[in-house]
Amino acid sequence: MSDSNTTSNPTNAGTGQFPAGPPQGKLPPSGGSAVHAVTNVGGQFSAGPPQGKLAPGGGSAVHAVTNVGGQFPAGPPQGKLAPAGGSAVHAVTNVGAKSIGDVILDVKNISLSFGGVNALNDISFDVREHEVRAIIGPNGAGKSSMLNCINGVYVPQQGTISFRGQTFKHMNSHQVATMGIARTFQNLALFKGMSVVDNIMTGRNLRIKSNIFLQALRIGPAQREEEAHREFVEHIVDFLEIQAYRKTPVGQLPYGLQKRVDLGRALAMEPQVLLLDEPMAGMNMEEKQDMSRFILDVNDEYGTTIVLIEHDMGVVMDISDRVVVLDYGKKIGDGTPRQVRENEEVISAYLGTSH
Amino acid sequence: MAFFIETLISGLMAGMLYSLVALGFVLIFKASGVFNFAQGAMVLFAALAMARFSEWIPAWLGLESKFLGNLIAFSMAAVVMFALAWLIERLVLRHLVNQEGVTLLMATLGITYFLDGLGQTIFGSNIYQIDVGMPKDPLFLFQDTFPGGILVSLEDVYAAIVAALLVGALSLFFQKTSTGRALRAVADDHQAAQSIGIKLSRIWVIVWFVAGITALVAGVIWGSKLGVQFSLSTIALRALPVIILGGLTSVPGAIIGGLIIGVGEKLSEVYLGPFVGGGIEIWFAYMLALVFLLFRPQGLFGEKIIDRV
Amino acid sequence: MFYRENGQFKTSYRSDQQIFPITQDRWMVLALIAFAFIGVPMLVDEYMFRAILIPFLILALAALGVNILVGYCGQISLGSGAFMAVGAYAAYNTQVRIEGMPLIVSLLSGGFFATLVGIVFGIPSLRVKGLYLAVATLAAQFFCDWAFLRIGWFTNNTPSGSVSVSNLQVLGWTINTPVDKYLFCLGFLCVFGLLAKNLVRSAIGREWMAIRDMDVAAAVIGIRPMYAKLSAFAVSSFIIGVAGGLWGFVHLGSWEPAAFSIDRSFQLLFMVIIGGMGSIMGSFFGAAFIVALPIFLNQFLPWFGTLIGVDISTAAVSHTEFMIFGALIVWFLIVEPHGLARLWSIGKQKLRLWPFPH
Repeated sequence: MSDSNTTSNPTNAGTGQFPAGPPQGKLPPSGGSAVHAVTNVGGQFSAGPPQGKLAPGGGSAVHAVTNVGGQFPAGPPQGKLAPAGGSAVHAVTNVGAKSIGDVILDVKNISLSFGGVNALNDISFDVREHEVRAIIGPNGAGKSSMLNCINGVYVPQQGTISFRGQTFKHMNSHQVATMGIARTFQNLALFKGMSVVDNIMTGRNLRIKSNIFLQALRIGPAQREEEAHREFVEHIVDFLEIQAYRKTPVGQLPYGLQKRVDLGRALAMEPQVLLLDEPMAGMNMEEKQDMSRFILDVNDEYGTTIVLIEHDMGVVMDISDRVVVLDYGKKIGDGTPRQVRENEEVISAYLGTSH
Repeated sequence: MAFFIETLISGLMAGMLYSLVALGFVLIFKASGVFNFAQGAMVLFAALAMARFSEWIPAWLGLESKFLGNLIAFSMAAVVMFALAWLIERLVLRHLVNQEGVTLLMATLGITYFLDGLGQTIFGSNIYQIDVGMPKDPLFLFQDTFPGGILVSLEDVYAAIVAALLVGALSLFFQKTSTGRALRAVADDHQAAQSIGIKLSRIWVIVWFVAGITALVAGVIWGSKLGVQFSLSTIALRALPVIILGGLTSVPGAIIGGLIIGVGEKLSEVYLGPFVGGGIEIWFAYMLALVFLLFRPQGLFGEKIIDRV
Repeated sequence: MFYRENGQFKTSYRSDQQIFPITQDRWMVLALIAFAFIGVPMLVDEYMFRAILIPFLILALAALGVNILVGYCGQISLGSGAFMAVGAYAAYNTQVRIEGMPLIVSLLSGGFFATLVGIVFGIPSLRVKGLYLAVATLAAQFFCDWAFLRIGWFTNNTPSGSVSVSNLQVLGWTINTPVDKYLFCLGFLCVFGLLAKNLVRSAIGREWMAIRDMDVAAAVIGIRPMYAKLSAFAVSSFIIGVAGGLWGFVHLGSWEPAAFSIDRSFQLLFMVIIGGMGSIMGSFFGAAFIVALPIFLNQFLPWFGTLIGVDISTAAVSHTEFMIFGALIVWFLIVEPHGLARLWSIGKQKLRLWPFPH
């Protein structure tokens, strides 16, 4: 029985019998549409713990993704354990838990202050490859500032950041981008004057090689490069389901779609680590499901490590592997969602208790 | 040595005049975030108004006393500046409230051209005189220490005193009165000021009017010294480096910046000029500003600008 | 009825990305270019060439350069007059000091030197923006004003301070009649227009627009602000420099530094604002408007004056011009910040539906 909110190409919805091996609902590759497949809903897998729980009441959106012509860095197709309970999102697939790798990003003793204001105080945490790491905390806790430090927008007064073993005292934005760290912004730093396709194309800039003279003449290699990158961007457009808005100037789109374009632009960089700053702010339930779906698809299909700032606890508890909690610039919690949820200090500072 | 001091003093005096014009810029920027390129045009417009009114009024009213004639002319010019401020707020500023700085800058460029044309249409385009009774005699100081004494223009001294008084009055206005407080609130944050009940449009009219009065004083002083002519509007361009040096948001900065630029221009012209063919006054100020822009954009006294992402 | 996109489906990215995706547009532009090259010389008299068309073409080229810097990359510049001057004087020196230098090479070398100066005075853009950058570009303007007036080497040590060129030739074709000059300038404009359009729709153009719209986000994506801003200054100054060379060589014949004063900078900026910032077509509209307006006013105002019984002197006409310019700038900024180009595209939108209302 497919839930009211499942979308796109359900294959075995409801019948439940899968052959062994990863579920396959692949779309025939037809030059550019990417990605969806839906695993069973309520059925039995041949291996692994029972998965694919239905969301009680309102949410659903169950997706896993196989690899369709992916040009992203190879990563093993991954599925996730469905966390207990929860509402918005469950991602499900195949055999076994996803393999979370070694520490890819290591933040040590970061302190940041503006004038007299201490935004961050001696923060340390690590992020493992292929995982979904959430950063939560009340407003003003320093979460965005933390991401800004990683991206090189702010320079911390103290501390170091290591990426794949290389340590930096402060990051340079351009260098960070070339290393494969991409990001979305809380306040949508989109280029309002350009269309959706153009915005996402800017994400490809690092990979465009032809020089200014060739671009002026627009012949040969410059033309071919432009077309190749356009094709890649179209994959992303299909993935994010924004085909109808391709040529629209971004400023005219509703907020939820703008957020998708922001994500698309980050994805265009083919990042290894994706920093998402409140990607679901201001969205309703349905939009949150869509966005969660996209995030998990990216994590599953391309193995991209996700660092996520989010306020919706349901989402955080469901989709993240580990959570860091910040409060007034200090770290007050670090662990799996369950551990954090039971942490006294976190409860009093942020989660609250029912009376 | 005496010559050096003379050059220094004349530089200080010239700088004082720049400061007066720069003050108008700073006032408007402080209170509305608008950079008013039209300040120079306002100086010219005010000066023209004063010059012509001081000509016409005695004729219309059959006045004998020059002092009375000038007083009335000044008041009428002030009224004209008020009307100008009101019109600018109504027709231009109100419609450009949320636009970025660059758009507003270009709008003030448009206002500059408009004012130039309007001023000359209404008041005429010849050279006019302003005579407010400033003494034109030179003054010789320190005749004992230096042979012949140091030549100082009495007119400049009076101008400096007037400018100092004006600055003092403005500072008092900003710090002590409630309107001044409201102006500072608006400069900090338009929306917050609105939310506590400050009427933006009223504030802007007041600010542009005050800047207009500053322009009027500057115009009278410049005009009485040099005669009122079209080239006066290029004063705005001379005053820009002053604000860069002093800081866009700082009243003391405008004064000190003006003095530095004035002295720097004169000294460089006299001592460096002969080596490079002369006429370096105008770009010396700008080059100094350029150096500041590269190393300390906020100027000597301005606030640092922080971008939040 | 005539302007429909029905049936025009794009089957490749290449065709989707082309400059004029709508067939009717393509035909219109081709027809316009053909008319400009062939029809106009047959129909128009000398006065029109000298007073309107040639200045229009050259200033449109300069406005194109300014638009790239101000409209596409968002870096305000009040020093365009200086870059024109550098182009003109550099081209002059190349032409006069080196025997047998071809004209086009001189003009391009003018552009090249303008590029160098542009990059130098563009360096402050890495530190400041907005008004502060405007002041930095003014420094360029005043410095160049002085340099070309006082440094004798630039003017080949002529005592009068003004320089002149004569006997312009390209591969044996002597350019001396107004029609020749017109065609020469038209050629430059078409070539540079195409190159500019290619640049703004490719990666570098997107970089410029990204810097304009949000430079912090651009840096995070991996765009290097320094490279983007300086390349905008470089390309823009090159085009402006070539236009300066054309202005001096072809339009004026002999000139003084005052031809490239700050009034010229303001004029170019106004063209870009009124025409439409961030639009190639806008540069052309703006240039046409600003070139035509004074001439129109010169004819219209005295006539209007006789209608209402007021004698309007030439001085009054020039004052009115100032007032109208100023008022128009403000009006455009309030009502249609994207200028005439936006009005044009709105018109085309309506034309798509015509004769139906919606």
